[in-house]
Amino acid sequence: MLEISDLSVAYGAIKALHGVSLRVPPGSIVTLIGANGAGTSTTLRAISGLAKSSSGRIRYDGQDITALPPHRIVSRGLCHVPEGRMVFANLSVQENLQMGAYLQRDRAWIAAQTDYVFSLFPRLQERCQQLAGTLSGGEQQMLAIGRALLGRPKFLMLDEPSLGIAPLLVKTIFEKIVEINRSQGLTILLVEQNANLALEVSSYGYVLETGKVILEGPSAELKANPQVQAAYLGI
Amino acid sequence: MDWLLQQSINGLGLGSIYALIALGYTMVYGVLRFINFAHSDILMLGAFAAFYLEPQVSRLLGGPESVLGAILIAALAAGLCALLGILIEFLAYRPLRQRPRLAVLITAIGVSLFIEFTAQHDKVFSAKTQFFPRLLPEHTFQWGQVFFSSTDLLVPAVTALMLGAMWFIVQKTRTGTAMRAVSFNQQAASLMGVNVNRIISFTFGLGSALAAIAGILYAMKAPGIEPLMGVQPGLRAFIAAVLGGIGNLPGAVVGGLVLGILETFLGGIPWLSSYRDGIAFAILILILLFKPAGLLGKATVEKV
Ligand SMILES: Nc1ncnc2c1ncn2[C@@H]1O[C@H](COP(=O)(O)OP(=O)(O)OP(=O)(O)O)[C@@H](O)[C@H]1O
Ligand SMILES: [Mg+2]
Repeated sequence: MLEISDLSVAYGAIKALHGVSLRVPPGSIVTLIGANGAGTSTTLRAISGLAKSSSGRIRYDGQDITALPPHRIVSRGLCHVPEGRMVFANLSVQENLQMGAYLQRDRAWIAAQTDYVFSLFPRLQERCQQLAGTLSGGEQQMLAIGRALLGRPKFLMLDEPSLGIAPLLVKTIFEKIVEINRSQGLTILLVEQNANLALEVSSYGYVLETGKVILEGPSAELKANPQVQAAYLGI
Repeated sequence: MDWLLQQSINGLGLGSIYALIALGYTMVYGVLRFINFAHSDILMLGAFAAFYLEPQVSRLLGGPESVLGAILIAALAAGLCALLGILIEFLAYRPLRQRPRLAVLITAIGVSLFIEFTAQHDKVFSAKTQFFPRLLPEHTFQWGQVFFSSTDLLVPAVTALMLGAMWFIVQKTRTGTAMRAVSFNQQAASLMGVNVNRIISFTFGLGSALAAIAGILYAMKAPGIEPLMGVQPGLRAFIAAVLGGIGNLPGAVVGGLVLGILETFLGGIPWLSSYRDGIAFAILILILLFKPAGLLGKATVEKV
């Protein structure tokens, strides 16, 4: 579904990625783990077009999307829940969801999908008319995920969905992510600091260090890898 | 009492025009976070567009001063100015999008001076003041010692109509929601599939169309038009936008009305009348000192 080869990204003089290659097969959950500053967010930003790559190629659904602007990439069903959520604080919860469906024309589908999002996160329905800026951090995270689901994604990228959220809620959100993957047949690329959880829900994982993939493999194998255990699982 | 009423009518008219212009400043500030100094020159160009269109439209309709003619002239002038606003953004500001904001600000001043001095050239509009044709038949009403014309009524009415239309566009349409989203976070908006450049163009077009309408209304009340006619009202409207809270649409309207009314009242006091400009700037300084976010401005909090 998604194939990245030899991707490099630089912010001015700072090189954030040095030749990253990875594959995400259709219908799977793949995770990307790395310490702070390893370049995981940058990888997602390059895929969704927010960061320009200096070399390498990104193929999605058999087509080269490397040089496309973000709005053209979203229109192909590749949705990105960015780091820090970036909900529109000045818009209501409902308007945020409408923005998620900005490119969708089918009103019946939008209504049905909005109901689906509300069934995943009933809290959002209660807060429908409230300004998104007044939601709690966890509620904003739910909104960010719900908003992306309204973009009719075939491929969903989540950047640290557990950041700043109470442990109990983190568990709920991850259950929802697996549920979305199953029921909507969605391919997911997940970036997560909580490597334990990420390797549990995913089938395959990549470990990034200073802009390079240093390790990859089926999630179960990575979990058993002493190097990963020492550096990311705190065992 | 009569004096109060008379000044209120004058203040409301002036304030409405400031409000229309201030909306353009504040909308552009909302999406791009900079003051488009060329905005006041769009106002002047709107008035001149009407000036040159009027004979053509009158000929087309077989007579001057008709309602249909006035609407046609205003719509054409607004359309032309909208295109011009979009073109200015595309040519002058867009190439500097990733540069420091100061570079864009200085460029805006440059664009403003360029338009003003080009317009003053003898082969363009020339620097002399020209008589602005009457677009509508004018009636004068008297009530006690209070005098007002149909134009005095028209200005607030048109302003109210424009404000209603703006409110509808910004609050109720898909494009308006996208404008607000872009104003909050361009990257996040682009992740929703919003073509940010197109929304910015639309914003410039809308603001410039409003400026053209304001320019025509201003010209209808002024003795004549000339290439620097936009400078004074432009500056006042800028102050009005800051007064109401820059980036805040209702704030621009409130700021415009407050400034227009204050200026008329204080300026109507004989020994103060020569200090009109001073009053406007004193208000700006006071606002910046005591309520920098403006009357209706509020800081938005982003949770992390
Ligand atoms: N806009 C930017 N300008 C300059 N450098 C940047 C920018 N964004 C990221 N970087 C640098 O690029 C590197 C990778 O950043 P990135 O955000 O991808 O890290 P990350 O792996 O997501 O880290 P974290 O897990 O802490 O979110 C870091 O060294 C960071 O300082
Ligand atoms: Mg990150």
